[in-house]
Amino acid sequence: MRELTQRALDTATTQGAGYADVRVVCRQDEQLTVKSGRVEAVSLGETEGFGVRVLVDGAWGFASSSRMDTAEADRIAALAVRIARASATALRRPVRLDDRPPARGRYETPLVEDPFAIPIDEKIGMLLDADARLNAVEGLAFTETMYHGQREWKTFAASDGSETEQVITHVGAGIEANAVEGDEVQRRTYPDAGGGYQAAGYEFVRSLDLPGHAEALASEAVELLSAPQCPSGRKTIVLDPSQLYLQVHESCGHPIELDRVFGTEASYAGTSFLTTDKLDSGFRYGSDLIDIVADSTAAGGLGTFGWDDEGVAAQAVPIVKDGIFVGYLSSRETAPRIGRQSGGAMRADGWNRIPLIRMTNVNLLPKPGMSLDEIVADTDDGLFLQSNRSWSIDDRRLNFQFSTEVAREIKGGKLGQLYRNPTYTGITYEFWRSCDAVGDERSYRMLGTPNCGKGEPGQTGHVGHAVSGARFRDVQVGVGRW
Amino acid sequence: MVIEARTGVLDLCRRAIQLAEADGATQAEALVQRSDQQLTRFANSEVHQNVAEVDTTVSLRFVDGKRIGVASTNRTDDASLRRLAESAARICRVQPEQPDFGGLPEPGAEPVTAVAGASSPSTVEATPERRAEGARAAISAADAAGVLAYGSYRTVTEHVAVANSLGIACEEERSLGHVVIVAMGPDGEAGYAEAAAVDIDDLDPGALGREAAAKAATSRGAVAIEPGDYPVVLEEYAVVDLLDMLGYLGFSALAVQEGRSFFEPGKRIGSDLVTIRDDPADPEGTPATFDYEGVTKKPITLVDRGICREVVYDAQTASREGRRSTGHGLPAPNPWGPFPLNQIMDAGDTPRDALVEGLERGLLVTRFHYTNVVHPKLAMITGMTRDGLFLVEAGRIVGPVRNLRFTQSYLEALARVEAVGRDRRLLRGFLGSVVVPAIRISAFTFTGATEH
Repeated sequence: MRELTQRALDTATTQGAGYADVRVVCRQDEQLTVKSGRVEAVSLGETEGFGVRVLVDGAWGFASSSRMDTAEADRIAALAVRIARASATALRRPVRLDDRPPARGRYETPLVEDPFAIPIDEKIGMLLDADARLNAVEGLAFTETMYHGQREWKTFAASDGSETEQVITHVGAGIEANAVEGDEVQRRTYPDAGGGYQAAGYEFVRSLDLPGHAEALASEAVELLSAPQCPSGRKTIVLDPSQLYLQVHESCGHPIELDRVFGTEASYAGTSFLTTDKLDSGFRYGSDLIDIVADSTAAGGLGTFGWDDEGVAAQAVPIVKDGIFVGYLSSRETAPRIGRQSGGAMRADGWNRIPLIRMTNVNLLPKPGMSLDEIVADTDDGLFLQSNRSWSIDDRRLNFQFSTEVAREIKGGKLGQLYRNPTYTGITYEFWRSCDAVGDERSYRMLGTPNCGKGEPGQTGHVGHAVSGARFRDVQVGVGRW
Repeated sequence: MVIEARTGVLDLCRRAIQLAEADGATQAEALVQRSDQQLTRFANSEVHQNVAEVDTTVSLRFVDGKRIGVASTNRTDDASLRRLAESAARICRVQPEQPDFGGLPEPGAEPVTAVAGASSPSTVEATPERRAEGARAAISAADAAGVLAYGSYRTVTEHVAVANSLGIACEEERSLGHVVIVAMGPDGEAGYAEAAAVDIDDLDPGALGREAAAKAATSRGAVAIEPGDYPVVLEEYAVVDLLDMLGYLGFSALAVQEGRSFFEPGKRIGSDLVTIRDDPADPEGTPATFDYEGVTKKPITLVDRGICREVVYDAQTASREGRRSTGHGLPAPNPWGPFPLNQIMDAGDTPRDALVEGLERGLLVTRFHYTNVVHPKLAMITGMTRDGLFLVEAGRIVGPVRNLRFTQSYLEALARVEAVGRDRRLLRGFLGSVVVPAIRISAFTFTGATEH
């Protein structure tokens, strides 16, 4: 391996690169899906290759290949330099990287049970058991249970002498019940839509106890078919972690990506309302209760690692402090433009993709005082919303609209009537400023988003969000009939 | 069915199948995808990202009776292919039988003719310098209009080969060029242009740059407008989302079989002006001969003058109904079912300007952003407008307005189509390529507003 990385770096610098780095990545995926009692998909995938990133005269070039030999390392490094020279013909601001000490060392996701050592038939048996318990409830149209394990071996080397090795392991699992009647399609998921994910071993999957949650979940999906439509109006809402994490993701995680702020995602995902004039100027993002941190050291997070994909060490970056916007997710290229050091958020989706600024674990910190249950008990009149069903937000991350799978009426501090098809909408900073309660440590948990899309060519990111639940006042619930 | 281009990828399929049979597979299928993808991105009128990748992936579907295991690798040496077969066999044999598995697809009785125009030498041989030249042309157009250019220029060549132990063996080279441009000005004004083509000689980044820059210039000084019901003209860039979402939600046999689709044969979901087909041979689209199971793609009329006609099938969904696949299978394992990847909406007879002239008071929408499903069976979708929204009064554009959120059933929208443009564009959707005209809709529901 070292021969290949050194060869790529030597060739790149010999051909004129002022800076070069190379990542060698091997990724293994194990995916199991059971649909309505039928083992629908059992697959094992592996992909391996290397990518060379170079800076020539202040312009970037990147090339990658799955052929792992030194001749190909020469060819790919030379191609990266050629591409950088082509980039330089349309360059106005030469890239300057921040200084950081060469990165050296090894990191491995802490885990108890190696998920790839657990026999596949045991995992399938667990999914079939959960599926059978879902289907023991009358009235479902179809069900799905899933497991996903992913492991990535990653070697990084750079022309500044950096050399790191990392082994990152992620696991996810979940169950889904769907009931259909007439035009209604009602879905319930556990623990989260798309499955619960963490950087962990199989012990995380066991802790979810999918079979143990199946029957209640299925019953609620059927109950939703005859539940009334969620009422519309300006309301108090309490968001369960299974919805709040995506609210954080869309309305905080993406707008704090400094590459978006500088426009490099404008033609695809858009830009950000959190422009650099709002940094250090006391811009109020949320109420005093809102403390948000991007923490790539948080236990169990899908955004937890030893170093990012340009060799910057994992760290916790303050984003919102006492409601005031104070920081961004950044890279070695973007951070100097706001007078800071990289916060270590450059991550690539495999060997064949260039690193982009991605979320690490963007966490809404818990507040001592009330658990989530106590927040509900403290609410006279409102709605308790659980489990994301759909999401949409504008290209500057201001106007959002979410749907959840289920709403429960809160009256006098108690949960009551079940409602179907709830939606809520708002403007990001107005919404976060309306927050008057954040749950404490007792309901604080790490959730994962394994399908965060960004970049061209498209990259799928694994990112984490730890949240505890929160309450928001005077929120628009429902739009028209919905 | 045998089509062979002799690039070696079909040999990889055959070798993987041999190894699977040696390990006791009763049936086996191999899919090889060799891709060469290059992309140049620009922002703030300069190139900021320029990438290239080559990769070959071998995916093996190992069948033992009614058990199935799938393994994939991008290592193509013989030892790795042996490990691939062993992995697929191992995971196949530890699982229960799938009682309704109908077997791998068999070759058709008729000889297969490869469709014309799936690939172009200009695209296959595209260089970083050619893409940089395109980026510079778009940037020059933006400079001339006093705005900045943001976008990407992508070229991809893919060799797809599928073979199975029942006799299917096919291979095809497919190429695509794709240019996307957003022009933005200092006051937040924005415009958009996009084009896709099999042959990059058919792409004109300079012209697209001028279209986006001109749109941005006319978007300057947008004013707020109240959400509500408005007649709209949707440009082609917005119409793509209608077909994508309907394809995703309803035009798949699996969606119908699971009861979650709006689709019922004979049901009216659009006005008489709406005809939507999936046609893999149409030269206006991105031609492809076969699907990822090696089945010849058949043209399917999804909606005929507003009436639901047919959905698309893969081998498994077809087997459940005792019929043949229509050639719309995705790579195995596939819990999502088949999808129409070559949707085409028939053109109408209305010139582009006449679409807008037909609005008494309404909105001209350039495109949609970040759409998502609110209610699947009603195809109720929410999303934002983006990169150019204009108020039209008495058939003339009055001026730009700030972006709005819509929450709208796409089925109701199709039912309200009152005019269809006579020109069409080939664009990229999230399901594949889409050929679409602009359309005028008598009412579209906007439910929220934003600040730009």
